[in-house]
Amino acid sequence: MLDIAVAYRRYQFIGDEFLTWLWFVIEQDAPLLRRLDNELASLEIGNRMVFENRYRKDSGETVTIKGDEANMDEGLLALKKGAMVAEVNLVYRAGDHEWRFNLKGESLNFSSLKVPETGKIETSDDIEGAVIEKVYLCEKITNLINALFAHFIKLRVSNEWSAQTVPSIRKWIGSASDV
Amino acid sequence: MGLLSTSVSITQYRVEGELPSPVNENVTAALKKHTINEIDNDASEQAVGWTSFDNPYQPDFEGSRFVIDTAWVFSLRIDKKSIPAKVLKKHYNIEVARRLVESGRDYLSKTEKKQLKDHVITVLSTRIPATPNIYDIVWKYEEGRLWFFSNLKAANEELETLFTRSFKLSLIRLFPYTAGLDAGLKGPEKDCLDQLKPTLFMD
Repeated sequence: MLDIAVAYRRYQFIGDEFLTWLWFVIEQDAPLLRRLDNELASLEIGNRMVFENRYRKDSGETVTIKGDEANMDEGLLALKKGAMVAEVNLVYRAGDHEWRFNLKGESLNFSSLKVPETGKIETSDDIEGAVIEKVYLCEKITNLINALFAHFIKLRVSNEWSAQTVPSIRKWIGSASDV
Repeated sequence: MGLLSTSVSITQYRVEGELPSPVNENVTAALKKHTINEIDNDASEQAVGWTSFDNPYQPDFEGSRFVIDTAWVFSLRIDKKSIPAKVLKKHYNIEVARRLVESGRDYLSKTEKKQLKDHVITVLSTRIPATPNIYDIVWKYEEGRLWFFSNLKAANEELETLFTRSFKLSLIRLFPYTAGLDAGLKGPEKDCLDQLKPTLFMD
């Protein structure tokens, strides 16, 4: 295996492609999400997306779109100009419960992960139960993202990626209207 | 932001290798051996060690208290003394003035100035309490998985160093490349992963 620091830098683009593909799947292929998580009610883009163009020499542009009423057409336009999704806020729902979190492409780190409310801790005896519940709730998200990434990476190293997926994503990006 | 905080950050790791049997006793021994040392009354500027999740200021790993359900839950504690720059400057200048009077000279060499500064830092470090930072860990040994509840680069690096020293196991951070290797790719697929080049989605 490659040196870890070298591998981290060299393959950052895989994380950006993953998040870009994930946005495409959320918008265009929701049944895939349900196949990977049968408890999923919905997975949506939340209130923040960061776009970066790392690979064009003439552009080091970063575009951040935030706000609950954010116009995602601006994001598609950023993709049109060659940017990728570098970071995204996601909202996952299952049953009556909601999870919100940020996912960063280059590291696949989770941040600001808020899970459904757990029982209050009133005595030290409550801690063990609270930990078990919190771990279970966090695991819903890590399992979902790990399953999505595993699906993505198998697709990414297959011929299907360039033959079918990339043309579909280009078509979707091309559907963006100029704003 | 700990495990039970309202909002958490998670860095995922894969743990490679096996602990010698009996596993619980061995992990307990390693946690005890590398428990955080208090540095409030000595000159050390930083200490890094394991501590208890439920009682981080009085670590206690007796009786496998860190075993919760199928996971080991404990914390990394990094204690650091930060001497305010203005405090350091004040005490350094006082020491320089005192040394000049004692020596009868009107200048100090570069080496003498550095020695004085180091001396001032050492003296102040014994008087300033360390600020503790606590980062929770959930280690599912049977699954070879570990969650570290922080995305801070420095904290992750301290975890990786101390973990390897304590348990003699490999701790591999999961980012796109390592997560790709972890996703069940077969031989030729792994070769493809190594050779991937960025996709351009624009026409």
